[in-house]
Amino acid sequence: MKYFPLLWAALWRKKARTIFTLLSILVAFLLFGMLQGVNSAFNQAVEKANVNRLITTSSIALTENLPYADMAQIEALPGVANVAHASWFGPYYQDPKNFIFTFPVEPDRYFLVYPELILPKDQLEAFEHTRTGAVIGADLARKYGWKIGDRVPLHSTIWTKPDGTSDWNFDVVGIYQVPSDRAQESAFFFNYKYFDEGRSFGKGTVGWYIIQVKDPTQSAQVAATVDKLFANSTDETKTETEKEFQQAFLKQIGDINMIVTYILFAVFFALLFATGSTMMQSVRERVPELAVLKTLGFSDTAMLTLVLCESTLLCLLAAALGLLIAWALFPGLKDVIGVVKLPAPVIVEGIVVALLLAFVTGIVPAWRAKRLDIVEALRG
Amino acid sequence: MFKQTTAITAMNLRSIPQRVGTSWVIVIGIAVTVAVLVSVLAMVDGFSKTLANTGRADRAIVLRGGSVAELSSTISRDNTITIMDAPGVKKDADGKPIASAEMVAVVALPQRRTGTAANVTVRGIGAKALELRPEIHIVAGRMFQPAVRELIVGHSAVTQFKGVDIGSHITFRNTDWTVVGEFESGGDAHESELMGDIETVLSAFRRNLFQSVTVMLDSPAAFAQFKDKLTTDPTLTVDVKREPDYYAEQSKQLNKLLNFLAFGVGGIMAIGAIFGALNTMYSAVSARSLEIATLRAIGFGAGAVVVSVFVEALLLSLVGGLIGAAAAWLFFNGNTVNTLGANFTQVVFHLTVTPHLLISGIIWACFIGVLGGLFPAIRAARLPVATALRAA
Repeated sequence: MKYFPLLWAALWRKKARTIFTLLSILVAFLLFGMLQGVNSAFNQAVEKANVNRLITTSSIALTENLPYADMAQIEALPGVANVAHASWFGPYYQDPKNFIFTFPVEPDRYFLVYPELILPKDQLEAFEHTRTGAVIGADLARKYGWKIGDRVPLHSTIWTKPDGTSDWNFDVVGIYQVPSDRAQESAFFFNYKYFDEGRSFGKGTVGWYIIQVKDPTQSAQVAATVDKLFANSTDETKTETEKEFQQAFLKQIGDINMIVTYILFAVFFALLFATGSTMMQSVRERVPELAVLKTLGFSDTAMLTLVLCESTLLCLLAAALGLLIAWALFPGLKDVIGVVKLPAPVIVEGIVVALLLAFVTGIVPAWRAKRLDIVEALRG
Repeated sequence: MFKQTTAITAMNLRSIPQRVGTSWVIVIGIAVTVAVLVSVLAMVDGFSKTLANTGRADRAIVLRGGSVAELSSTISRDNTITIMDAPGVKKDADGKPIASAEMVAVVALPQRRTGTAANVTVRGIGAKALELRPEIHIVAGRMFQPAVRELIVGHSAVTQFKGVDIGSHITFRNTDWTVVGEFESGGDAHESELMGDIETVLSAFRRNLFQSVTVMLDSPAAFAQFKDKLTTDPTLTVDVKREPDYYAEQSKQLNKLLNFLAFGVGGIMAIGAIFGALNTMYSAVSARSLEIATLRAIGFGAGAVVVSVFVEALLLSLVGGLIGAAAAWLFFNGNTVNTLGANFTQVVFHLTVTPHLLISGIIWACFIGVLGGLFPAIRAARLPVATALRAA
């Protein structure tokens, strides 16, 4: 620590160069924070997937519905604890821009298989007993200012009523929270009964089933049993763990991970040159000074450490600032990716990358400082 | 003045090899920025070209009112007949409307690259569909037979998904379908689809509702008449759109995202590259301060010094820009990418690194070079001659 003033002075020996290098590194880490943040936000859904749950969809595609009657058959299978279902309602509120993730469900079943959705007991009861009742996420409630007791009209882009209209009215009877993952607080649930009685086509079907298994180690087996049960029927199924389901869904959008990796690889490749060249120059210019330090009794190892510390200080300072800006800007992307905070692992990753960068760019000049021949250097 | 400028500039450039380490910083920083920018823009271009090609001004698509995309729309058989008989629809030689009432369904097929399932559109098309879309032509195999479970597949779909080559079988809803032909349609959105006879597809999916009606109009101007007729008909609740408008709407979201990526990420990288360039040029100026001072002392003008620094910065950026553009072209030109489109199904598009994009990449490079060279050039010109000489 006592050498800190020395390091600091060395760093600011050429102000302009240090500032520009600092800014280059800062920009790279800003990008790192934002891109990795988006990437990990997408992957969060996969990582947070529950191992107890399986998702059963039509084997043709997610958009094909399954008969409601399948539920009783699935429930009777060994290893199955609970079964729930949901469907895609696809509505918007007032304007197509206000798309709302809405699912008709059977309340008792759904909240049983998703214990992480926290809903007060009396609200769940009200939900079960109100035909037009709806339970909404806390975030959604904040966004539109909806409260319990409000009447909310939604326009479905898919489901028409027998009279040809697609406007459905709901009464908000509950607001749920997900303390473990606030990004999940934007859904809108309503009674399947109201949905099935009201729609003009597709009656008696559901979008997908959610199966809670008794023993997570048996999930592959249970999945196979479910699919076998419906094999060769007109509604063949595909059952996957929640994790596989989420992964497959992300892959549909495209390989985000790959694009982010490509871009960041390119950015850090360029950064390596920028920082490396700064460190090289700075050591080259200070050869006589370093020789004086050595004359004063600094050991070879001390010289090596000194230069490495200098590059570490530079990289860490810039990376911290860059990540800080990314952290500040990240909530601005909320509408795009639905995640409010820059995931903490990204910051840790960033610091590790910064240390790596510092070592790689610092080691060559540090080695040079270590091997410095005092007589040669002082004469030069 | 001109002579002085060329003399100093030439001297500068000849000395670049001595400063090769720092010069690389400019070149690589800019090359990387330009490569990323050009490849993302190539994605934007490829995507909008795919969707822009799909529409024709003299074709209109009719969906149920309030449905955003075909997948969520439903139209009854009676209504499809009313729509096709509306005024403004072009008739063929035997007096029948050139129109196709269609349904779309989604089937999950494995992607060639990753093996994971992707949603692919199966479109049931009417008897007049090929007259309606003359851009579709069979390039291998043959057209499907009506009333038989046969499909034709788009060329883009073949490149991206497994199990759709001619002769392969696709099973859904307990029905077995054979792929009998491959078609091309100028790289538009339909090329990512499978197509079959509408009645056969409807019965396989046990449906009796159509999802869209596409019609050929007498002329682009006949659209207003056609639309007025349908929207005032009390038996219909439909949205009528010109095809290009419909497809532009479908691509809006993704276009926005890609542009954000290109200019957001590209812009931030450009700022980083400017810092790199500033660094390089400042150190170039300070390394040559003695030389510059000497030149000034023997009578060379400040203007000539400024220009020489500028030219060096520009030249290095140009090299960087060229390397970046070439890399983008080499690695990404002609690549095929697929993503989830608005219909919840995959749209396949081709990355095309056009000359236009290459040029705009190089312009960006020069822009970065100019900004990076400006301040160091001014500093070089302002260098106090006496101090600089004494310092040496």
